[in-house]
Amino acid sequence: MSLYFTKEHEWVRVEGDTATVGISDHAQEQLGDIVFAEVPETGKRLSKGQEAAVVESVKAASDVYSPVSGEVTQGNSKVADDPSIVNSDPEGEGWFFKIRLDDPGEVEGLMDEAAYRDWLKTL
Amino acid sequence: MSREVHNGPTDETQARGTPYSGDPSGGKGATPPDLDKLPLDSWHRSRGARMVPFAGYEMPVQYEGIIAEHLWTRENAGLFDVSHMGQLLVHGRDVEKALEALMPGDFQAAADMKPKYSLLLDEEGGIIDDLMATRRGDDFYIVVNGATKIGDIGYMEKRLPAQVVIDHMKEQALLALQGPRAAEVLETIVTGVSGLGFMQGGPFQWNGHKLWISRSGYTGEDGFEISVPSSAAADLADAIAANELVKPIGLGARDSLRLEAGLPLYGHDLDDRTTPVMAGLTFAINKRRRADGGFPGAMRILAELQNGPVEKRVGFEIDGRQPVREGALVLDGEGNEVGKITSGGFSPSLQRPIAMGYVAAPLAEPGTALKLEQRGKLFDARVAPMPFVPHRYHRKGA
Repeated sequence: MSLYFTKEHEWVRVEGDTATVGISDHAQEQLGDIVFAEVPETGKRLSKGQEAAVVESVKAASDVYSPVSGEVTQGNSKVADDPSIVNSDPEGEGWFFKIRLDDPGEVEGLMDEAAYRDWLKTL
Repeated sequence: MSREVHNGPTDETQARGTPYSGDPSGGKGATPPDLDKLPLDSWHRSRGARMVPFAGYEMPVQYEGIIAEHLWTRENAGLFDVSHMGQLLVHGRDVEKALEALMPGDFQAAADMKPKYSLLLDEEGGIIDDLMATRRGDDFYIVVNGATKIGDIGYMEKRLPAQVVIDHMKEQALLALQGPRAAEVLETIVTGVSGLGFMQGGPFQWNGHKLWISRSGYTGEDGFEISVPSSAAADLADAIAANELVKPIGLGARDSLRLEAGLPLYGHDLDDRTTPVMAGLTFAINKRRRADGGFPGAMRILAELQNGPVEKRVGFEIDGRQPVREGALVLDGEGNEVGKITSGGFSPSLQRPIAMGYVAAPLAEPGTALKLEQRGKLFDARVAPMPFVPHRYHRKGA
């Protein structure tokens, strides 16, 4: 299992040919109180960089981009029902969707956790 | 993840429809200017505030979180720093008549120490700013929005007669203490304030400093606005915040509180394309001013009073959970554009999205079903009466 991050503050946790995608703790912190989340439907095809989900806080609306290409196997209905989970556990229970990877090698261009945390310090 | 900020944090900013209302200098292609610091800048930072550029200042948008701060204010007492707002003292011979040439308020009949809501109007009756004006003896103490204050002063100075002078009280900070516990808290610090009724003000003393306090605010709750010399503002804020019923509250919650209270925000719900009649602010034009006119745009405004405006400011309740924000379109059943959302967000008190906007007058009746369109998505909505959350002002004898 390996964890990667994008410069758009998504995380992607890869297990075999599937991955789980969410937004980072930094992202939820920046957004503030999250009041709405919309996750993709099972079976939806996503290409890397495509808008995959919506997250809205009291102040801001954002698109969550898919960091990888593939087919959605599950959207997290829990965050749609209670979006505050994204605040309380962004890199755990607050995941947005699971996706079957077209190309497991696609994540290689992304940052690993240490690189992401270091990069955050430069922002 | 992309980030789009859709609504402004507080009760002022710039022209409607600019994408990022935190834009410090008022939008319209502004370049990042040098930001001023509030007298309480370090006070906010030491309490964990997230500072954002707003109205030319670095201002606290939130401390612990907008929803928590919002609910705290509705239940206890919230301390707001609104020192970015412009505090003006206008004085000189026949100041009442001079102000009446710029605004539709009845300044001649203004009672001493009673703040009145009024509007600075342009020649077409469009709103340049909304403000509170209070007679203090021979002078008028006027509080205007932060993002518009420099423009307001210039506009007024150009039009006021030579003997009427505006003092911009730059050395004064402005705090607001709002919420159902505000009176009991402030009374322990400034004896006598709980004797004020809603929309009543007076001079007070604290630790040898002169304060001007009125029972007023912009949250829909009981509360006070306190003008204090900047040099004493941090000490006073400390004294107030020492009470466990008080938490500091940022601009984010100030915006959600005023939206629930149905109060319009200049630069969003009011601008120079809206008139007081369109905006539903006709209470600010009394019988004498309606009969005599003599304020900018009087011809249009009096006609609108008689015949009704073309469009009206209304509230919207929206199905589902997703906030519909400033800039969304209002559509009728056939998909025709019939209005626009000017403020919108998630109501922490009601736990659902609410919005404010303008709609063609025939569709302004509460209960009218309409659609809202935002980023290509349609939302079912109904015109709703405002306020969304009832006002709880302290009206004497009421």
